[in-house]
Amino acid sequence: MNFATRVLHGTSCFDPVTGASSVPIYQASTFHQADLDRPGTFDYARSGNPTRQALEEAIAGLEGGERGFAFASGMAAISSVFMLFSAGDQVIVAEDVYGGTFRFLTKVLSRMGISVTFVDATRLEDIRAAITPATKGIYLETPSNPMLKVTDLAAVSQIGKERGLLVIVDNTFLTPYYQRPLELGADIVIHSATKFIGGHSDVLAGLAVTRDAVLGEQLYFIQNGMGAILGAQDCWLVMRGLKTLKARLDVSTQTADRIARWLSAHPAVSRVYYTGLADHPGHHFQESQASGHGAVLSFDVGSRERAKALFDRVKLPIVAVSLGAVETILSYPAAMSHASMPVAEREQRGITDGLIRLSAGLEDADDLIQDLEQALSALPPIAAAGQTSKEAFSRV
Amino acid sequence: MHLETKLVQAGVGKDEKTGAVNFPLYYSTAYRHPTLGESTGFDYSRTANPTRTVLEEAIASAESGEGGFACASGMAAIHTVMGLFSQGDHLLVSLDLYGGTYRLFEQVLSRYGLTFSYVDLRDLKAVEAAVKPETKAVFVESPTNPLIQITDIQGVAMLAKSHGLLTIVDNTFMTPYCQRPLELGADIVLHSATKYLGGHNDVLAGLIVTKGQELSEKIRFLHNSIGAVLGPQDCWLLLRGMKTLALRMERHEANAFAVAKKLREHPAITEVFYPGLADHPGHDVQKKQSSGFSGMVSFRLQSAEQVKPFLRNLRIVSFAESLGGVESLCTYPATQTHADIPVEIREYVGVCDRLLRLSVGIEHPDDLIADLCGALDASLAVGGSVR
Repeated sequence: MNFATRVLHGTSCFDPVTGASSVPIYQASTFHQADLDRPGTFDYARSGNPTRQALEEAIAGLEGGERGFAFASGMAAISSVFMLFSAGDQVIVAEDVYGGTFRFLTKVLSRMGISVTFVDATRLEDIRAAITPATKGIYLETPSNPMLKVTDLAAVSQIGKERGLLVIVDNTFLTPYYQRPLELGADIVIHSATKFIGGHSDVLAGLAVTRDAVLGEQLYFIQNGMGAILGAQDCWLVMRGLKTLKARLDVSTQTADRIARWLSAHPAVSRVYYTGLADHPGHHFQESQASGHGAVLSFDVGSRERAKALFDRVKLPIVAVSLGAVETILSYPAAMSHASMPVAEREQRGITDGLIRLSAGLEDADDLIQDLEQALSALPPIAAAGQTSKEAFSRV
Repeated sequence: MHLETKLVQAGVGKDEKTGAVNFPLYYSTAYRHPTLGESTGFDYSRTANPTRTVLEEAIASAESGEGGFACASGMAAIHTVMGLFSQGDHLLVSLDLYGGTYRLFEQVLSRYGLTFSYVDLRDLKAVEAAVKPETKAVFVESPTNPLIQITDIQGVAMLAKSHGLLTIVDNTFMTPYCQRPLELGADIVLHSATKYLGGHNDVLAGLIVTKGQELSEKIRFLHNSIGAVLGPQDCWLLLRGMKTLALRMERHEANAFAVAKKLREHPAITEVFYPGLADHPGHDVQKKQSSGFSGMVSFRLQSAEQVKPFLRNLRIVSFAESLGGVESLCTYPATQTHADIPVEIREYVGVCDRLLRLSVGIEHPDDLIADLCGALDASLAVGGSVR
């Protein structure tokens, strides 16, 4: 079955009891037990809820994994998966990881005795060199946020397999429609389903899928034990979003591709990062391991002042934190998604004060380009800028 | 302002644009920034959501605290608070304790170098003796789950303060309607709001309330970083439940008294645990620190063989895991809520295989008593053990 069909007719597409075309929302916290000797499938909703189970089965099926899990947010999924490790363990993490993940790893998990080594995951030799006897896992984002660097998933998974390490991939940017890391050898896939999978800027959610049942049992224990689960209503909203995932991504990716090409030729833009551009360093890996380039691109306008001028002038995109929505969203990584990263770390990763991230939505591409053009054409000259402002406005 | 008024008025008048009495449900995950460098106060819903903020302010005010935080479940609230501690830290914990909390401490957090000593917190000398140089906090359940033991919260909090320890109280069984631990000297209050605060067996939620700005900021950081936040629909349902908390608690308590008194007289039962009964060992402490006794009643049958026929013959009371809802629920801790506690510890504490926990709902007390007595009679007939 092809993806477009599977997303609608895979698992859990209708209610087995009534035949309802939409899975019902079980807003129940507990389930009556008919008999002490024969416990029912569901007992307490933290441990399992039929609506949540439908979503968990759906994402497991789409990612080609054994078991799926729904969490209260992408960060709840990430923090729960990291609880698979114990004090004394070391984890190798892609260096331009999402700022919220960076914050959790360096400010919370580090106090629990888990050490993290950040590497440029696009360089396999750097990953190999970082492995010590204490290493237990490798954590990747590809393409990365916001620099769109591409990691060779099959090769890193191979290293993981050789050295007995868990390979965990945040697949938020591409979704299983374009990339299925488990099929490339990874062990766990994570999503901030708040983004493309939910797709409507109306639900916070995290998902995880494990490759095998043993890992699935371990993660289930943590999901139930720590309790960072997703509520029934939110599970239903994510499933509703999932039904249009393919249709939305087809349009958004096409628009992102057009905008990326147009920005590349624009004199007011110094650099464009999009894996669909042939001169992007990860272009070929991306073509070999994913079936699309996704709807997120970043571009550099040279300075904070110029970025601010652009944000003030655009009319269509929402200026906000987040991505992967029906609405086009412009973000400013230096002060939003990566505000929790020290300035030196941030700039070393290429996240400059002029960098802007664009997540293409479903608006008409011509309308978006026209809006960006009127904003870019009015920017002050690049030379006028340069000083770094430390003013931050968001703690997200 | 009285608690009843505070809870009913939560969110009222906050939506200035429309005047909606019921605060709207904000599904939005992202918030448009007016310009670079400016924020409406809302950026991303994990960090703050307007509907969640109304709930968080309501519980903070009800518990007389400064910071309120809504989490995906009661366990999510506990594990978020545990993020305060680091490798090597030690906590003193109520000996009788919810099994899920025990499981989190012993099977998850122990792997991060946190250690826990389980102490009968009714014995302040034992608490004092258990303090070590690396001890950072005391984790209190009062009444305990499921044995309904009462801890002198003020006594423990004073002792903790003298040793520089935080006092954390799980106030799920009592709710701020009956008991406000922060006013008794505690630093953090936790709730499985799935229980009495939500009250309708229809929403999973956890709440944290902190005292003071510094502690509130620490928890705010962890709440956002760990990300186990409560969704807006669930926040709205919880707030809706909290508006009737006082009415429900009055009825829960009245019914629990009636049921506890009746159960004591039944030949199938050997012991009844309810702090409202004058001969309950914690009755005086409870009267001093709380304004009520809530609706949780535990009891022991004569023999474990009676458990099955008793549960099978209940017609109104559901055999299900949870508590605090309008519907009465009966739980068998040995295999349900406390299944993850090793049997020898469970037996030592007193959570034996004859123990049942009853969450008395708001049905008519006569119907509940008739249902319970009918099932108890049947358990005697089938279980065969007559005193």
